[in-house]
Amino acid sequence: MTVLLIAIGAALGAPLRYLTDRAMQARHDSPFPWGTLTVNVLGSLLLGAVAAIPAGPTVTALVGTGFCGALTTWSTLSYETLRLTREGARFHALANVLASVVAGLGAASLGYALARALNG
Amino acid sequence: MARPPEFRVDPDVDLHVPADRAELTAHPAAVLGAIAAGGVLGALSRAGIQTAFPHPPTGFPWATFGINLAGCLLIGVLMAVIGARPTGPLVRPFLGVGVLGGFTTFSAYVVDIQRAVAAGAASAALAYLAATLVGALLAVWAGDAAATRLLVRTGREVR
Repeated sequence: MTVLLIAIGAALGAPLRYLTDRAMQARHDSPFPWGTLTVNVLGSLLLGAVAAIPAGPTVTALVGTGFCGALTTWSTLSYETLRLTREGARFHALANVLASVVAGLGAASLGYALARALNG
Repeated sequence: MARPPEFRVDPDVDLHVPADRAELTAHPAAVLGAIAAGGVLGALSRAGIQTAFPHPPTGFPWATFGINLAGCLLIGVLMAVIGARPTGPLVRPFLGVGVLGGFTTFSAYVVDIQRAVAAGAASAALAYLAATLVGALLAVWAGDAAATRLLVRTGREVR
C-alpha cells in the first residue's frame, strides 16, 4: 500500500516539476532558473506543513515521500549551478544554490508554522 | 549575458533548446508518461534506501545525503552523454527529469535540517546543510568531467 501511495505521489510530482518549469520559462526569459527554485520552495513549504501535523503513514507516503520528493530535486539544481558556472555566470550560479537553500529552509519553517497554527 | 541559443542550463527542460521547446506539443502523452514513470522508479528507490537506513532526528541523514549526491553525479554523466551523442527523445524526460529528479529530493533535505535544529542538534544540521551543498556540486562536476573525458577518449563524441 505504501509503495502504491508513493508511486501515485511521484507520478504527479515529477510531471508537475516539468510543467511548472516550462510555464515559468515561457513567462520569464531569464538566465536565472526560476522554475526549479519555485518547485523546490513550494515542495519544501508543503513538506514542512506535513512534518508539523500528526500525519499518518498514508499522507506521509503520498504527499511527503511521493509528491514532495518527486516535485523537488537536487540533481536539477546542481546541474543548473554547474552550467551557470560554465557560461561564466558565477553570480547567478552562487545565487541559485544559496537562494534555494535559504528560501527552501524559510519555506519549510513557514509551512511548519502555518500548519501548526491551522491545526490548533 | 552572451548565451549561445542552445546552451542548456536546466536539465529538466530548457526552452532555449529547440528540441525541448517542441517536445511537449510533439508527443505530450509520451513525454509526461516517461517523466511520471521515471519519477515513480526514482521515488521508490529513494524510499527503499531511506527505509533501509533510517536516522534519528538528531542524527546525520546518511541515506538522503547519499541519494542526493549519487543523483547529482548521475545527472552530470547523463547530460554529458546526451550532449555528446544522439539519444532518443524520451531519454532525458525518463532518466533525467523522471528517475533522477524523483530520486533526489530537496524538500526532505531542508525539512531534515529543520528537524535537527528543532531537536537541538544545530551542529549536525549545519554539517548536513554544508556537506550536501558542497557534495552535490562536486558530484555533478565529477560526473560531467568523468563522462566527458570518457566520451572523448572513446572517440564517440559527435561534436
